[in-house]
Amino acid sequence: MNENLLVDLNDVISFDALQSHNKNIIVAQGDKRSDSRPAEGSRLGRASIGNPNLSPNPTQSQLVLTYLPPKGLPFPPFSPKRAKGQVAGSSNLSFFRVEFGNMTKKEEFGDGRDDMLIDGDHGKSITDGFSPEYLKAYYGMLFPHAEIFKWMSYGHDGKHPACDHSYFGRREFSFTLDNDIYLRFQSFNNAAELENSIKEKCPFKIDIGPVYSVDPAKRHAYAQAGDNVFTPVERELIFDIDMSDYDDVRYCCSGADVCIDCWPLMTIAIKVMDTALRDDFGFNHILWVYSGRRGVHCWVCDGRARRLTNEQRAAVADYFRVYKGNDNSNKMVSLIGPALHPLLIRSYADVLRGFFEEKLLCSQKLLSIEERFQKILDLIPDEDIAAELQSRWQENRRSSISKEDVNAVRWEQLKHLVQSPKQKALGVRRCVEEIVFSYTYPRLDMEVSKHMNHLLKAPFCVHPKTGRVCIPIDPEHCDDFDPTAVPTLSELLEELNSSRADVNDEFNRTSLGRSVKFFRTSFLEPLLKSCKEEMESTYNAKLQQSKNSLSW
Amino acid sequence: MEIIGSNKKIVTADTTSSLSLYRSAPALEVRLDDFELFAIDRLRVLKGISDALSRGRKPEEMKKLVDELWRVNMKHRNPSEVINKDIISHFVLRLVYCRTDDLRKWFLSMETTLFRYRFRLENADAQRMLMSEFNLSYKVLSNAELESVKGKLSQVASSIGQPLGTSDTIFFKVPFEEVPELVASRRVFLLKGYAYVAMNQVVSLVVTQFRSHLSKALVLTNRKWTSTIQEQEKGRLTPIVEALSTMYLGPDYSQPKEFAEISIKDIDQVANSSFPLCMHHLFGKLREDHHLKHGGRMQLGLFLKGVGLKLDDALAFWKAEFSQKVGSERFDKEYAYSIRHNYGKEGKRTDYTPYSCQKIIASTPSVGDHHGCPYRHFSEENLRAALGKMGVGGRSMDEVLDKVRNKHYQLACTLTFEAIHASSCDTGINHPNQYFSESQKILQSKNHMTT
Ligand SMILES: [Zn+2]
Repeated sequence: MNENLLVDLNDVISFDALQSHNKNIIVAQGDKRSDSRPAEGSRLGRASIGNPNLSPNPTQSQLVLTYLPPKGLPFPPFSPKRAKGQVAGSSNLSFFRVEFGNMTKKEEFGDGRDDMLIDGDHGKSITDGFSPEYLKAYYGMLFPHAEIFKWMSYGHDGKHPACDHSYFGRREFSFTLDNDIYLRFQSFNNAAELENSIKEKCPFKIDIGPVYSVDPAKRHAYAQAGDNVFTPVERELIFDIDMSDYDDVRYCCSGADVCIDCWPLMTIAIKVMDTALRDDFGFNHILWVYSGRRGVHCWVCDGRARRLTNEQRAAVADYFRVYKGNDNSNKMVSLIGPALHPLLIRSYADVLRGFFEEKLLCSQKLLSIEERFQKILDLIPDEDIAAELQSRWQENRRSSISKEDVNAVRWEQLKHLVQSPKQKALGVRRCVEEIVFSYTYPRLDMEVSKHMNHLLKAPFCVHPKTGRVCIPIDPEHCDDFDPTAVPTLSELLEELNSSRADVNDEFNRTSLGRSVKFFRTSFLEPLLKSCKEEMESTYNAKLQQSKNSLSW
Repeated sequence: MEIIGSNKKIVTADTTSSLSLYRSAPALEVRLDDFELFAIDRLRVLKGISDALSRGRKPEEMKKLVDELWRVNMKHRNPSEVINKDIISHFVLRLVYCRTDDLRKWFLSMETTLFRYRFRLENADAQRMLMSEFNLSYKVLSNAELESVKGKLSQVASSIGQPLGTSDTIFFKVPFEEVPELVASRRVFLLKGYAYVAMNQVVSLVVTQFRSHLSKALVLTNRKWTSTIQEQEKGRLTPIVEALSTMYLGPDYSQPKEFAEISIKDIDQVANSSFPLCMHHLFGKLREDHHLKHGGRMQLGLFLKGVGLKLDDALAFWKAEFSQKVGSERFDKEYAYSIRHNYGKEGKRTDYTPYSCQKIIASTPSVGDHHGCPYRHFSEENLRAALGKMGVGGRSMDEVLDKVRNKHYQLACTLTFEAIHASSCDTGINHPNQYFSESQKILQSKNHMTT
């Protein structure tokens, strides 16, 4: 049952009342602040505070609800038809200041998807998706602490004699706090310590670092001992792909922005990398995560990947590298040699060509706008061909050639000329591939992958600028992933509020549930199973070894 | 290894190949003079290799050079002693170069390079024998398995310009972790975590093993040195060992020497007159964008430290630029730390050394990066423009570009130096801070002449 508790504005409500009423409060906005709201009748808002355990100090567990008209905005439309208790489906947008023990939070209610930045009267601005107070509620109710702990333990939290109980405690976490305070080398001995610290500190960003030889929090003590024992010993193989590195090949957005037209570049990266990591390198436990704003992160978690040395990591990263350029070199991709490596052949045939010809060519209008096609013509090593295409395309500017997309038509023209049987020079024929690679092939931030001690943002963090949760991406369905549909913090809390309170599992009450479930069943469970197997087989091998040596 | 005072007696070890793996110190007795002389001869070889590497010599040139260096320096009047000389000199230099991180790194790199080229000079039988000595008992690919991946193997072979040999080509199946170089350059086919390594690529495997053994051995030698040898031998070997290491070190640019300080107000002028192209470019980009990515900050920051920019000035200098882009608050929080770190004021508190040309040339700048060596990393067009801005033109320009095309990046930089300063630079440019100090020397002597 989802009971409502009717309260007046500025009423003080005890948590006992809250709990016995299943957490939903209906606020009747009386006529107590005639200066700041319309005079007509009462309006209804709805507040849900969720878990009372949130309170930093349980004795102060009470609420004060205050109506807050948004600055510079008209009052939400008032509907006189709506009577007390009519809350569900209300299109009212109301603003409350909720004082909660020591904690102050502003909430926005109403189901209208009026996603705009609203400046409140008091305190900090409320963005649509993000605020420190939302974050606190998120860490309190939704963040999958237990799953993160299980993951980072890699089976060492079990009872098997081969478990290394110091393992989790040697992992570096780092927190970026509200006021930009950056706490590095945080470590925790168990799940409760991790969860409590996150809830208490409420970090804007949680980064995960390597597992060190000793507890990173005690590194100074070891440093004084003289020996250089504080060193990273294990770390997932990680990749960071950032859309802003593609600014020279996308025209829909730039910098931090992404949209549905350029996101396929990330889809390509996931497909190319995921296949190669599995088929070429034999890795199985790979987690792809939306970075919350403009890119994707990849965590390769197989034991073998975690134990790679820096040199081996660099080798894996370089294996993927075709993009030799930097800002000072025009030629972005150079594919030399009489044939391509199987990695490149497969990537081209299975992913790059299709995405280029069917999506990016048209969506980015790569050949219909002069300044854009000029950039592509510059990549053709044969000047005569480039000049011919240029003059043809410039003349054609106005006349519509056919019903077909002009970009596609021109691409066929280019391919026809460049790959004609007359064309003997390999470099010229190869330039079709070079163009496609230049415009589609994954661009990795090499430094992130090459060093064990690089930090990477934890999955399920919330990006402070977008409010979006860094949710896992299923590589098998990455075509369907839409970054603009990723749940934001405020949407999740909204869902939590409007969902049925008798659903016990908080994850299942919001759209985050699906992501956590995916994380659990598709990534975590298979990973832990293989960790256990690995642990057992190395343990048995050791046992066998010691038996053998005893028999000598 | 036993060192004896003056006797001539040298016991020959029973070695089966002319190329030693130096797995353990041999039971040899060595005369004290030989101890030192052999080491100096080997040092000449290693320094020759180091110079050639920093000049960006190509593998074929390296092969010839190493062969030559070895024959000239490591010969012995008694041919049967050649192998002993090799082994003794190697183990002596281990003592010399085990003592700091930098020394170990240098020695490891040079010995590995030396080994690589010597291994290549061996015939196939000897190579297989050396492999088995390293316990590289890799499975040779069966015919059936070979058949199943043949198409892919020939794709790889042809992608690296080596047509797949017929049936007699032997392939080994090796965990990819053991052949990082081959993986990095996509010179092997990878399947489910295994690299398919052709016999002629085996050198990479062996070199990796060699390197990792030597790396571990150096750490052990260091322990032994500090715990016992140094003290025990203080009247005999210790002085020799210590003298040998200072013979090498070469110029150290972590502390500015000749031109004790530069101040912020002079920095633009000095940048124009005396910065090498790589630093000139970074400096210009910083002034233009008010920002540099990490690689650029490190390369320029450490260079400026070496040039004599004091910590306080460095902070002020970087802040003045970065704050225009990210605000001074963010600068203080995110960037100031790493600058203090470079000066050894944070973290491990070790002074970081300015990057050498070799390190800069080997770096891998990506999109948005401005660090690296312009001669290596710029397109010809951009390089031409950049050189033009430095005041290089006409024939000098052509000469510089010619060196670049042949991948002689440091020579290209040397020619640029000579063109700008109208003065020769016989030593060649090996370090940006060397470029700077050579430039300042010339400018100051010119000043003396005019005033
Ligand atoms: Zn876009």
